[in-house]
Amino acid sequence: MRGVVTVIGKDKVGIVAGTSQKLAELKINILDVSQTIMGDYFTMMMLVDLTNATADFEGAREQLHELGKKLGVKISIQNQEIFDTMHKL
Amino acid sequence: MEINQIMETIRMIEEENLDIRTITMGISLLDCIDSDSDRACEKIYNKITTKAKDLVKVGESIEAEYGIPIINKRISVTPIGIIAAATPDTDYVKFAKILDKAAKDVGVNFLGGFSALVEKGYQHGDRILIDSIPQALAETDFVCASVNIGSTRAGINMDAVAHTGRIVKETAAASDLGCAKLVIFANAVEDNPFMAGAFHGVGEADCVINVGVSGPGVVKRALEKVKGESFDVVAETVKQTAFKITRMGQLVGKIASERLNVPFGIVDLSLAPTPAVGDSVAHVLEEMGLETVGTHGTTAALALLNDAVKKGGVMACNHVGGLSGAFIPVSEDAGMIDAVNNGSLSIEKLEAMTAICSVGLDMIAIPGDTPASTIGAMIADEAAIGVINHKTTAVRIIPAKDKKIGDMVEFGGLLGRAPVMAVNAAGSEDFIARGGRIPAPIHSFKN
Repeated sequence: MRGVVTVIGKDKVGIVAGTSQKLAELKINILDVSQTIMGDYFTMMMLVDLTNATADFEGAREQLHELGKKLGVKISIQNQEIFDTMHKL
Repeated sequence: MEINQIMETIRMIEEENLDIRTITMGISLLDCIDSDSDRACEKIYNKITTKAKDLVKVGESIEAEYGIPIINKRISVTPIGIIAAATPDTDYVKFAKILDKAAKDVGVNFLGGFSALVEKGYQHGDRILIDSIPQALAETDFVCASVNIGSTRAGINMDAVAHTGRIVKETAAASDLGCAKLVIFANAVEDNPFMAGAFHGVGEADCVINVGVSGPGVVKRALEKVKGESFDVVAETVKQTAFKITRMGQLVGKIASERLNVPFGIVDLSLAPTPAVGDSVAHVLEEMGLETVGTHGTTAALALLNDAVKKGGVMACNHVGGLSGAFIPVSEDAGMIDAVNNGSLSIEKLEAMTAICSVGLDMIAIPGDTPASTIGAMIADEAAIGVINHKTTAVRIIPAKDKKIGDMVEFGGLLGRAPVMAVNAAGSEDFIARGGRIPAPIHSFKN
């Protein structure tokens, strides 16, 4: 299954490192990364593959959420299908 | 995948209240009919708790995985007036109680189908069911009742109009929340996922999943970006937004149906408001340039909105059904409540609005001393609009005990709060006392 990880929050040192380290721990493969600054906000999207993930979707979501709290940003993960459905015919 | 498209979806959900309003599992109870009411109740309980045992769990797992809130998980069943008719019982409160128990045990928050279809006449069970409504709604928490009293093919059953007018009064007397769970329909649909009027029609499959989407906040935000532009642009914007909203409904319905191993029925293309700020249909209409909803131009604005939502939604999903239109309940919409309070929205204007959108006079509080015949006459007026115009109309009004015009009635939660509205004081008693049927309308010579 593919997911989209979104990271949004005030820019600071270590957001990318922290997030990708956690994904590596969970054996979630990063397929694509896109990052921008919108106003003051750091915004990053990662397309990820959860096929070999060591946690189930719910567990991964929980761990990323916890990490977000630690880094002071909001991290969420959603099944990629929701975005495809809305924007692609 | 474009970063701004991902952001748009996330913004719709987090800031603009985009959600799936309901996943409703329709369950046929025709195979639960039994001449012994205890046995019938046992079969009903077993069937509902078997079919719907994973409904809430699956709903929650979809919410978590896709990050889209699914506000309600609900059940609709075959009208109990049909199911209970085989029993010799003289009241059907027992059936309501077993439905309530089943709803609670599977964890859904409403169950619709304590219903009777009497548009042309009563069969034995219908009269008992309708007479049981006040007590059934007072003694249960999650059961919703509905009665269909007219249709374009059958005309309007004025005996049922008079009867349900009295029942609305009795329901209000028996409990404060009862009337919020009672809908009187004309042209009721068999696959409606929205409460309180959902029931599972006899022409439906044994078990189906129907989905209702929502998102007035998303439409409003989209219209904010085209301020001052022509209605061509407004219509196009609503269409595009409705398409995106409805795609969510299609996706969630498809996944729920796969995971529950139950066929996917329909997506109901409705704009359903909630009392939350930023989730109001009234505010969408005001965004088109009305100072306040209820003023002149409101009906035209609503017509455009209703039509554009359908046009955008139809292409977004496989099967469309249910009520499919903008809902204009008063108590569940912050903008409607404000408009009533500032005097610009009356019952008469709401009635005009119901001629072009779903579903009818919905969640309107009226003075508690309104006569049953006047309530009957309001039902008859709404039914006439539906029957003549080939559309579903309904009445869900709440006679508020000991309250007068302008007082607020609090329902709580998604049902919201409603100011008591003025009703025409002139009587309709002799009109309602006639009984009989208003014949079905002719369908050529349309004007």
